[in-house]
Amino acid sequence: MRKKEERLLITFPSTVQAMKMEQICKAGNHPGRLIPVPREITAGCGLSWSAPPNAKEELEKVMEEHELFFEQKVILWI
Amino acid sequence: MIYFDNAATTLHKPESVAKAVYDGIMTMGNAARGAHEASLLGMRTLYETRTMLQEMYHPGAPEQVAFTANSTDSLNIAISGLFQPGDHVITTCLEHNSVLRPLYRLEETGLSLSIVPADRKGNPDYDKMEEMITPKTKGIIMTHASNLTGNVTDLKRVGQLCKKHGLLFVVDGSQTGGIFPIPMDEYHISVLCLTGHKGLLGPQGTGAILVKEGVHVRPFRVGGSGILSYSKTHPEVMPTALEAGTLNIHGIAGLCAALKYIKETGIDQIRKKEQELMWHFYEGIKEIPGLHFYGDFDTKERAAIVSFNIEDYDSAIVSDELMERFEIATRAGAHCAPLMHESFGTKEQGAVRFSFSHFNTLEEVEKGIEAVRILATEE
Repeated sequence: MRKKEERLLITFPSTVQAMKMEQICKAGNHPGRLIPVPREITAGCGLSWSAPPNAKEELEKVMEEHELFFEQKVILWI
Repeated sequence: MIYFDNAATTLHKPESVAKAVYDGIMTMGNAARGAHEASLLGMRTLYETRTMLQEMYHPGAPEQVAFTANSTDSLNIAISGLFQPGDHVITTCLEHNSVLRPLYRLEETGLSLSIVPADRKGNPDYDKMEEMITPKTKGIIMTHASNLTGNVTDLKRVGQLCKKHGLLFVVDGSQTGGIFPIPMDEYHISVLCLTGHKGLLGPQGTGAILVKEGVHVRPFRVGGSGILSYSKTHPEVMPTALEAGTLNIHGIAGLCAALKYIKETGIDQIRKKEQELMWHFYEGIKEIPGLHFYGDFDTKERAAIVSFNIEDYDSAIVSDELMERFEIATRAGAHCAPLMHESFGTKEQGAVRFSFSHFNTLEEVEKGIEAVRILATEE
C-alpha cells in the first residue's frame, strides 16, 4: 500500500449533498475528489470529499456560498 | 476500467438487453391498461418474461410470478405480506439488510425473531436453526448466497426442514438468480425473491417475487390494477394482487431479452465461467502474505465472490487505491451485511470484495491479482 498522507475529509448527510459537492468543485476547479468513507469516520452517506488540508478554507467558502450541507470536516492520515 | 463489482450490479449486459429497452420505450404502451396494440405489445412481453421465470424456477403457473422493482421490493412484499405480530420468524446472520430491516421493523410491532449464527467460515449453523423452531414459528427466511462471502446455503436442507415443520420458506435469490438453479418445487420454497440487475443481467429497477401456488401474500401496496376498478379493494388474484400501479415494462422488456440470453448461453455455462474466474483469482492471491479471507473456500460450489483484507488496512482505502491506480472497481465497507461483518469481527475494517461476471476475462483477473500483489507487498 502507498504511504499514508494527510487529507481533509468532508462527509455528507446524504449522497445528494456529496454529488452537489462534486459538481460544484468540478465546475469551479476546486481541489479534491470523492472517495469511500474511511473507517475512522463512522457516520456519513458512504462517500466523502478528500482534499489537501490546505484547501480547507477554500472549500468551506465554496460550501457556504452554495448552501451545501456537510456532516463532518476532519483531517486524517489515510 | 476493469469491473469486479458484479455482486452489486452486473455492468456488462448482453447487447440485446439494451436494444430491448430501447425498442420497448419506442413502442410499448401501458401493459394491462387497455387492449390497443401498444398496450398488448407490453402485455405480451410481460407474459413472455413471466413464463420464462416460471420455467426457470417452478413456482407453479405463470400467474405466480409478479414483477417488482428489485429484491428489496420483493422481500418487503414477502415479509410484510406473510408475517405479523405474534409470529416467530427465523433468519440467518448471512442476510442483507433487505431481509433484516423489514424484519426489525416488524419486530417493533410484536414479531419475534431468531437469528441463526454462522461458523468461522460464514456458514449458517443448520442444527441450531432446527433448535430455534417453536410452535409459534411461522417461517424461515434465508439467502441462497452471502453477498459478502459468496458462501452458498443449503436450500434443500432448509426446505426439508420447513416441510417437516409446516413452515413458510422465503428465499433471497439476489446473488444466485440467473447463475444457480433454484427449483422452488424441489426445495419446498414458498416465496423466491429476485432482482433483475445482477445475475439475471437485466436493467436496474426490475425484479420479481415468485409465490408458490397455495401461498397467500397480502399486498404491500394497493391501487391501480386495470381491472375491477369499482371495487374498493385491490384484486386478490395473482399476479395482479402484487402488481398495483404501472409496471416498469421497458425494463422488463430488457429483462426478457436477458432471460433469453441466459437460456441460450446456459445457466451452467455461466456459473462454470464465473467460478473459474473466481477460483483463478483466489488461487492467484491466497498465498500473498498479509491477506485475510472471509468465507468458505473448501467447497466447490460458491458464488463468484472473493472478500478479503490486506493486513489491517481500511478496506475503503484499499478499494480506492484499486480504482485510482489500477482502474479496478471493487466494493469496500459493510456491503449491507452487518451481522456477517460482526461475525467475522470486521465491523470497523469492512472488507474488499471482488465479484465476477462471466463477461470478465482471465486477462482482467490476472490484472486484479497483480494489483493486489502490488498493494500487499509494496513498502
